[in-house]
Amino acid sequence: MALYLLFLMLPIYWLLNMSLKTNAEILGSFSLWPRDLTLANYIKILTDPSWYWGYINSLIYVVINTVISLAVALPAAYAFSRYNFMGDKHLFFWLLTNRMAPPAVFALPFFQLYSSVGLFDTHIAVALAHCLFNVPLAVWILEGFMRGVPKEIDETAYIDGYSFPHFFIRIFTPLIASGIGVAAFFCFMFSWVELLLSRTLTSVDAKPIAATMTRTVSASGLDWGVLAAAGMLTIVPGALVIYFVRNYIAKGFALGRV
Amino acid sequence: MNKTVNHKAWFLVLPVLILVAFSAVIPLMTVVNYSVQDTFGNNQFFWAGLEWFEELLNSDRMWGALGRQLAFSAIILAIQIPLGVFIALNMPKGGFWASFCLVVMSLPLLIPWNVVGTIWQIFGRVDIGLLGHTLDWMGVSYNYTQNPVAAWITVIVMDVWHWTSLVALLAYAGLQSIPQAYYQAAKIDQASRFSVFWYIELPKMSGVLMIAILLRFMDSFMIYTEPFVVTGGGPGSTTTFLSIDLVKMALGQFDLGQAAAYSLMYFLVILLISWVFYTVMTNLDKRDGV
Repeated sequence: MALYLLFLMLPIYWLLNMSLKTNAEILGSFSLWPRDLTLANYIKILTDPSWYWGYINSLIYVVINTVISLAVALPAAYAFSRYNFMGDKHLFFWLLTNRMAPPAVFALPFFQLYSSVGLFDTHIAVALAHCLFNVPLAVWILEGFMRGVPKEIDETAYIDGYSFPHFFIRIFTPLIASGIGVAAFFCFMFSWVELLLSRTLTSVDAKPIAATMTRTVSASGLDWGVLAAAGMLTIVPGALVIYFVRNYIAKGFALGRV
Repeated sequence: MNKTVNHKAWFLVLPVLILVAFSAVIPLMTVVNYSVQDTFGNNQFFWAGLEWFEELLNSDRMWGALGRQLAFSAIILAIQIPLGVFIALNMPKGGFWASFCLVVMSLPLLIPWNVVGTIWQIFGRVDIGLLGHTLDWMGVSYNYTQNPVAAWITVIVMDVWHWTSLVALLAYAGLQSIPQAYYQAAKIDQASRFSVFWYIELPKMSGVLMIAILLRFMDSFMIYTEPFVVTGGGPGSTTTFLSIDLVKMALGQFDLGQAAAYSLMYFLVILLISWVFYTVMTNLDKRDGV
């Protein structure tokens, strides 16, 4: 167990180690910890607009995507968990196939579709593209949580004279708050880690940090310190999110609805 | 739960339907469209029928990528599933250390995929990386940009690093749901540690393990970013998997017709696996009486 944790942490430690070194030290000597501690790499990223805009762009489309995904997934998940309707099973399966669809298949058509409607290189394009796999995922997770809420609650609310939207927002949503949290976590995660689509769909204005990093690798290929620092900074939001949902992670995974 | 029949529920599903249709059906139709046409540029297309598909089925390139892909997925599963179960069995049962392990283990899952690639690219370099340097120091010739075996090992170790936690978390969740009474009964029967695992834990975990296997299979089947960043599909094309090959074809060479035919074949394979996945899931749900 401890060995495995060590195996998990070592590469991350190495990245941290490198991000705190100067380039001369990285290339010149080999050391297990930085002898010449420097924050220059981080400062460079946080002061250079082409770097920090990458983070802002990424965050913008991730947030847009999470909001859209949850907004459309909530009612749909409710319908799937409560009612039988024509073609419900086929529809559910079809949604699932989209979660399974390889992004590589969709990269080219997305590129053309968004170019033709003038959305290319905008945050909304990436957000919509990521909906392809996040919406089915959100529906799937939420459906699992909603099934756990007894139907009697719905019925009692109607008898008490709540209208449907009122009931949904005031009573039902708080009941599945943890489910919404888990769904948001996974939407955030998958949108944050995805590179292929976000790189294909952006050029300048909405360029995500991931694409900025790959560009650095191919263009200069030498500025290892800054690259490592950028990598460390991309881990930060993930680590923060994990910290907040740490008690729900196991439950979310337990549903197998990843 | 017994559900009532209500066709009006369609209205609740409608937003999802429109959104996913916009982002799935339209692109897919475009692909189908391209796959049966040929072009000489200038947006002039003509009907090509099934030529692209024929060409694809006869091309070594596609079969090579498919073969490598299957080999990769098989190796990944063979390592990750037993390792994940093993780790889950050794997880602390509760308290601070359990949540500490959970957080550390989920960390690799939340690192952007290209950063995972970057981490391992740096980590494996002989001149500046810890792993590469150590191996070099031990006298092992290791260079993932030149040596296909080293490249394969790097990609596989990277994927193990990245995704074993998912298997472990799933297996852990499965273990948590086993009631204590089972263990007490086993203790009374003086069952050995192995038979507890074999007759109690494994059958009880079979559901989540099935999910883990299928998820890992799907995701390893469409792996793109990590090997792309680390090896770029090289050396040569020894680590070119299906996705990498497809993107090379579609966005690199703009070989629309063939790429579209490729996409469709790829998608059909995925669809088949999804169907198996879905069937297994629904059967599990029925068995558990949920």
